[in-house]
Amino acid sequence: MSFHGVDFYGLDELLTEDEILVRDNMRAFVDAEVMPRINKAFRDGVLPMDLAKKLGAMGALGAHLKGYGCAGMGSIAYGLLLQELERGDSGVRSFASVQGSLCMTPIYEYGTEEQKQKWLPRMAAGEAIGCFALTEPDFGSNPAGMLSNAVKTPSGYKLNGTKRWITNGSIADVAIVWAKLDGRVRGFLVERGTPGFTTADIHGKFSLRASVTSELVLEDVEVPEDAMLPGAIGIKGPLNILSNARYGISWGAIGAAMACFEEATEYAKSRKQFSRPIAGYQLVQAKLADMLTEITKAQLVSWRLGKLKDSGKLRPQQVSLAKRNNVYWALHIARSARDILGANGVTDEYQCGRHMCNLESVFTYEGTHDIHTLILGQEITGIAAFE
Amino acid sequence: MKILVTVKRVPDPEQKVKFKGTSVDVSAANWVINAFDEYAIEAALRLNENAATGEKLGETIALSIGPKDVSQQLRSALAMGADRAILVGGADEELDSFAVARIVKAVVEREKPDLLLMGKLATDGEASQVPQLCAALLDWPQATFAAQITANAEGLEVKREVDTGIEVKQVKLPAVVSVDLRIISPTAVVNGKTPATHAYQEGPRYASLKGIMAAKKKEIKEISLADLGVKAAPVTKLVSAEPPAGRKAGVKVKDVAELVSKLKNEAKVL
Ligand SMILES: Cc1cc2nc3c(=O)[nH]c(=O)nc-3n(C[C@H](O)[C@H](O)[C@H](O)COP(=O)(O)OP(=O)(O)OC[C@H]3O[C@@H](n4cnc5c(N)ncnc54)[C@H](O)[C@@H]3O)c2cc1C
Repeated sequence: MSFHGVDFYGLDELLTEDEILVRDNMRAFVDAEVMPRINKAFRDGVLPMDLAKKLGAMGALGAHLKGYGCAGMGSIAYGLLLQELERGDSGVRSFASVQGSLCMTPIYEYGTEEQKQKWLPRMAAGEAIGCFALTEPDFGSNPAGMLSNAVKTPSGYKLNGTKRWITNGSIADVAIVWAKLDGRVRGFLVERGTPGFTTADIHGKFSLRASVTSELVLEDVEVPEDAMLPGAIGIKGPLNILSNARYGISWGAIGAAMACFEEATEYAKSRKQFSRPIAGYQLVQAKLADMLTEITKAQLVSWRLGKLKDSGKLRPQQVSLAKRNNVYWALHIARSARDILGANGVTDEYQCGRHMCNLESVFTYEGTHDIHTLILGQEITGIAAFE
Repeated sequence: MKILVTVKRVPDPEQKVKFKGTSVDVSAANWVINAFDEYAIEAALRLNENAATGEKLGETIALSIGPKDVSQQLRSALAMGADRAILVGGADEELDSFAVARIVKAVVEREKPDLLLMGKLATDGEASQVPQLCAALLDWPQATFAAQITANAEGLEVKREVDTGIEVKQVKLPAVVSVDLRIISPTAVVNGKTPATHAYQEGPRYASLKGIMAAKKKEIKEISLADLGVKAAPVTKLVSAEPPAGRKAGVKVKDVAELVSKLKNEAKVL
């Protein structure tokens, strides 16, 4: 049986024909291209690399951008696309988010026409892969403190620093490296193979195993003048990009939650203990009722957020609310589904354990849950509690 | 060639059928394109393209008859690659096979396609009548249940799977062809332009996001039965529909001897 999603509040009536088409086609794509092999990929700890070009052919990479071989979809369609991908696996969705939201978007927003022409069409097709290198070993929630730096040379810039936890790091053809030039954060396009630039994968993850996570080391890496993104000046540059990506993650989390809810419901209906299916016991029903409730609320939050985004009214604090809420509940739902599946929930014959492990990363990256709590706290009280 | 391909929306066959009184309740149905029509769209697109160069070889027009909502399924056909669509307004309950065939005929007379391509049946009613009725009404040659289509100088060679093997038919154009499941296998459609070495991915193609965006600009022309000068006037009436009786639980047998005895004396199949 293929996946049917959750639509308790008739959200489909709020969607346009093309938004429904995007969702349904991505759903079929995930059924055919992701589901049959995601378990093995997760177990082996590899991202199926042919997915890059297949996602490119679907138009799923940078789908929200206009021109340069991109589809030019609205925000809701883009969100639904990520929802469907994460219904498959958060690692696969992360690949698409990093490529489209974190790498193509800064080139699109901050790059020169030459930089756009050079990278965007190939990245949209999945022929060139990007990574977004902001986090450092000692600077996660506080990226503004980064140590990576750039100095001006006669022909361009010289970069030094270490980046860690970088999705797609070792498979990227181009890394967007954020580093300080004269004390201000700037973005640099560093191509694979540039002397002094090396990558090493981080192993032993129990989360996002079907995704590449790497450490990047830059030792006196010389890049030309035109490697810098002229439009991004200061930490606001990468933070604006992250805000966009988090919007997509709020949708992605719904996909993972729906997969877990569906699995838990089916399992509970067929698993008999004591006198009847466990779905007939109130405690199990309460868990399922919470899942349905929180998925429905999350859908409405993300849908409204998309409308705000398309009308240009979106504020980053609103994105924080959605990322924080939807990922929190997706993780809770995955854990609850794992619980309903009993011992079966801890094996990879079922999906909820994989989603649960994956969502731990999603909870932490793109601003940890608590950092978004502090952002909302500041929004409410006017008092910053970060330092 | 110019191909008119028919697209019916049906309730998702994976959804449980609900009944209200003596009829099927479709108020909460999730509507999808009839699978065989989706195969027909895929076959039409394969006939009308050079898959190696992307060159277009003809026009593909999607036709649906039904309420305004069918535009969702037509949009899907356009997103897959059809060039334009026609939506003939009609109420589902008035559209029996004969009414549909007469409406399709009227559209064919307007559009004058070289080929009317259809699914072999719709998965809701499973009547499998409309293609044959259309061929009769149009007085066109027909090849039904196509498993393979090859375009050649004389028209189309159609291979169909029959109990005794593969039957090969040659039809002149214009013609009516209905397609079976195998038409979506990787090399089932040969148009002479796509290199013989090209293998499609099994199944109807996904609509890419760019295809979906392009489809927004394509035309869905809405016409009424009055415009076509046709009355639905169904000739069959649905008397009642009811779910099949639930299956009775099976029995466990002790040994082979008991099984054989039951098969012989109770089931009477030995
Ligand atoms: C699988 C994976 C992929 C990733 N991919 C990328 C990528 O592609 N690019 C990239 O740049 N980064 C990436 N990251 C890094 C990610 O963004 C960081 O892990 C995240 O920002 C948190 O930083 P940290 O791990 O250093 O945790 P820390 O910042 O050390 O946080 C640890 C804990 O302390 C809390 N905390 C921190 N500061 C405060 C405070 N002021 N008040 C209260 N609590 C606080 C946090 O909420 C958290 O609970 C990835 C991470 C993972 C796990």
